[in-house]
Parts: sequence; structure tokens; C-alpha cells
Amino acid sequence: MQALPPPLRLLHDGLLASAARLPDKVAVVVEGKPYTYAQLLDGAARMANAMQARGVQRGDRVAIFMENSWSCIVSIYAALVAGSVFFVINPQTKSDKLQYILDDSGAKLLLADGQLAPAFMPALAKLPGTVNVICTGEMPTGCHIDSFNTLLESASPAVTRCVGISLDMAALIYTSGSTGNPKGVMQTHQSMLFAAGSLIECLRLDENQRIFCVLPLAFNYGLYQLLMAVQLGATLVLERSFAYPAQIFARMHEYRVTVFPGVPTIFALLLSAHARSPLCFPSITRVTNTAAALPDNFVPRLREIFPNALLFKMYGLTECKRVSYLEPELVDAKPGSVGKAIPGTEVFLLSPDGQDVPPGEIGILHVRGAHVMLGYWKRPDLSADMLKPGKLPGERVLCTQDFFRMDTDGFLYFVGRSDDIIKTRGEKVSPVEVENVLHGIAGIQEAAVVGVPDEMLGQAIRAYVVVAPGFDLSHKQIRAACQMRLESFMVPREVITLSALPKTSTGKVSKKMLLEQHT
Amino acid sequence: MSIEQQVRNYILENFLFTNDASALANDVSFLEKGIVDSTGVLEMILFLEQEFAIKVADSEMVPENLDTVVNIVHYVQSKHVGK
Repeated sequence: MQALPPPLRLLHDGLLASAARLPDKVAVVVEGKPYTYAQLLDGAARMANAMQARGVQRGDRVAIFMENSWSCIVSIYAALVAGSVFFVINPQTKSDKLQYILDDSGAKLLLADGQLAPAFMPALAKLPGTVNVICTGEMPTGCHIDSFNTLLESASPAVTRCVGISLDMAALIYTSGSTGNPKGVMQTHQSMLFAAGSLIECLRLDENQRIFCVLPLAFNYGLYQLLMAVQLGATLVLERSFAYPAQIFARMHEYRVTVFPGVPTIFALLLSAHARSPLCFPSITRVTNTAAALPDNFVPRLREIFPNALLFKMYGLTECKRVSYLEPELVDAKPGSVGKAIPGTEVFLLSPDGQDVPPGEIGILHVRGAHVMLGYWKRPDLSADMLKPGKLPGERVLCTQDFFRMDTDGFLYFVGRSDDIIKTRGEKVSPVEVENVLHGIAGIQEAAVVGVPDEMLGQAIRAYVVVAPGFDLSHKQIRAACQMRLESFMVPREVITLSALPKTSTGKVSKKMLLEQHT
Repeated sequence: MSIEQQVRNYILENFLFTNDASALANDVSFLEKGIVDSTGVLEMILFLEQEFAIKVADSEMVPENLDTVVNIVHYVQSKHVGK
């Protein structure tokens, strides 16, 4: 009798299994260059050994500050093989925020792209402790930093047996919070394996898929395209961004990709290119949308572009990766719905005082399943807002703080957020984070930031400011100051100067009145 | 104003929000340095079409034509020669 393959317990067991089963198969194509599963495991094992030689131990946090690249993929799996906890930081992050994240996480090691030195060198200089750095490409001068490529060649390729277990943390995923500072969502090997498996099931994926990813690996949605592909033994076709459409479309045709994950802004860009000259990708069999609602009027034109694709509308949040998906066969029957709970999980709506909510009425969405986070890193106070006691002793369910409605068939409809987080280009932006930067500009007396509807971005960021007497600040100067400290998607697209901001009776700035009075 | 100057002014003003010419080298990759992202490239194409009376074909939306000041200048010049 043939022995059964060992169960997948750790997130990178999927890589070990795929590399053993399909060593010569192409695991990833990065900007046109293919790499096999054997190469991915070899790279990850070598870098894991290099990490351990630099003192990285089980449970240590390892920060990855890189663009979508081969080095980034190797770093993610290397961190897992080494038994550490990885997190990928958006390469647009500026030095102050990077410093905050490195400090908050207590990262022991930073793997970074050399070209990002202008952001990470000042951040490292301000950190209280020392962090080991491994760097790709051009090395910054004046300090001791290891070269990624040299280590990849010189380190031992022996795969270290991992001592970790499935309850260990695998990743810390930083997400914008309504308080202004990003917070680290703690996910275990078990929760991430479960979420990836559930998504593979609902998207009906197999090892023959070629998944196309233009989403940043720093973004949960992008990261899971990699995790799913590797777990399946499928192929990921990774691009750095959607910036140059002709190059992207050529790559999609060349590799006959089958899965296209996007966010509404990417679909809006596709539709605008389609209007200029018609596009058609017959090889694509699955199109997925999440991060923000896909406008219903996109659907007919997306079907022209992807004539053979099933269209999956989904809803999720980093705290449990994904909540729900709509079966593609029901897209026309249930317009506006984000479907039902993903396989192996359940959802229910509760009123603010914890009572069941009948069908058709609005309630707060709660999620129960093995995909729910452990909590926020070092923030038990914030964790308590989101994780509530469940029905079983000791169990915790996720309170999403989002308002939903459920129809009599059990389908979910997003109604609104209970906080004022802005969703732009599929990214979450905390108004407080942008307001803090605005308040830091000399001459700005008051500032309030809101999201306004925008066809391309979902929501565009608008800032209302009051400039102190004697100061002469142009909108350009204000946006330039924001660009210095914020990722570019967080920079206000529009700045409106007012003589005063409207206040409520308790003296708080009223964003509702701002939007009503100044559109 | 030369093509180079017009392109530089546009990038400085709309993506770097500054008048400081030293903030932008002519051979620096917009994508590598995070100067322009996907929605920015579309805005830039509209600018080039209006300012230089050219039509950017979908097949021409590649980094070789658009990812540095130098590349854009060469690209716009080649479009003008081809007219």
C-alpha cells in the first residue's frame, strides 16, 4: 500500500509537497522570467539558512520591504522555512511609517530592495535596537549590510526541519486602523492554510491554473494568489504593477493565464483600455473581485473582455482574509450581493446590543471559522473590539464592525462601514493617518479628510484645511508635504481651503456637514 | 519650451508636487522610484496626447516609451517624425 502524503500543517508544507511532486514545473513567472518549484525551494532553503545564521529563531519577526519580485517570493518562503513570522511592507511606504512598523513588530531582520534605501536607511537609523539587513541590487553605502544575491549563492541548500507547529504565527499583516497607526494582524499557519484551502475550493482551482497577479504581495489579496498557486502546484504569473497596460496584456496572452484577480480600480482601467480598442482574453476562466464592491454596470463589459470566465464577487477583511463569495452562476440573479460565507465558515448578523437580526434588516456582520485572526499584535484593547466571545467556551468570533443586510435566502449585501475608513484603489486609508500628516505641516491649523465617490478609484481622498493667518500654502505644497510622508494612494487628490471647519455641538469636526456644504 | 522641459514640468508638478527641478533625473524609472503608478500612467498618456497632438496606441504603452523622461522624449519625437 502506498503511504499517504503527509498532511499540510505549516504554510510552507505546500511548497515542500509541490517541489517534491513537481520539481521541474514552473512555479512562478516574474516579469517574464520562469522559476521552477525546485528553484523556489532551493532559494527558500538557502535564504532560511542565511537568516538562521544571522540569529533568526522560531517566532522572530522578519520584515520584507520589496517590490513584487523573485527575491520577495523567496524571502516569504525562506522566513517560513526558518520558523519565523514574515510580513511584506508596501514598497511605497515612507521612512517614518516604516520605522513605526519595524519598531512595533520588533523585527529582527529586514530584507529589502536596494533601491528603497532612501526610505529604509533613515528608518533604521532612528530605531532603538539594531536590525540585520539583507539587501537586493545596489547596496547602500556606509554600513554593514548583507547582499541577498551573495547569500543565495553561498548559503547551504539543506532544508532545515522546522520545529514549529500549526498554532504558531506565520504572518503579521499590517493594516490601516481608524486610530491612525497601522496594526499587525496575527495569523497562524493553521488559519492561513485554512483560508487558502477554502478559497481554492470556492474558486474551483486546480494545479493546471496559471494565476495572474498584478496586485502587490504586500496586500493580502496579492499574497494569497502566491500561497494558493504554491499550495496547488499551479503557476503564478507575477507582475510589478498594472502601470503599462500593453506589457501586461502581452504577458496575459503569452502565458495564456487562466485566473485574473483584480480590484475595481484595475477593472476600471481595463474597461477604459477596452473602450479605446477592444480587448479579449479567452484563456481566462476565472475573474475575481474584492477589496471594494464591483459596480454592477461593469459586469456586461467585463464579460466582453473575459468571454469564458466565471466572475467571482467577494468580500473580506484582513482580520479573517476572506468572508464571503457569490457563486458566479448567481451574479445576475443576486445583483449587489457578495454571496455567502466561504466553505467551512459561517456568518451571522447581530444588532449593536447582540441580538439576532431578522432577514432584510441591517446588522453587524460576525464571522466564525478557523480563518479568524489571533488578534492584533501587542494591542489587546483593539483586539477586544473585533474578537467577541462565541457560543463555545473560549471561542472567539470576529465582529467585522461592518453593516450588512441578509436576504431570505441568506445572501449578504454590504451596507456601510461603522468607521470612516476610506477605500481608494482597493486600499484602506485611515483619515486620521492623513490628518496627522496634514496637522504636521507648518501653517495648517485644522484638517479633515474624507472619501468622495470616484469612478476610477472607488473613493478619492479629499482634504479640507484651514490655513493659519500669515501663512501662504498652495495646494501643491500641501500635497507635496503629504507625498513625503505617505504612500502615494494616501495623498489627497483634492485640497479645499476653508476659513473654518464646521463643528458639532460637542466641538468635533462634522464630516457630514463638510460634505453637505462643500462638494 | 522643449519637449523635455514640458515633460519634466508636468511630472514635477503633477506627481512630485514640486518646482524643484533637482527632484527628477531624466533617466530615473518612474515605476522603480514609485513616481507614477497605474492610474498615473493613464493621466500621463492623456497629457502627452493633448500637449503634443499625438495618439498613443495601446501597443505603445510600454516602459520603453514611457518610463523615464528620456524615453518619453524619444517616443514623442519618433511620433512627430512619423507624421
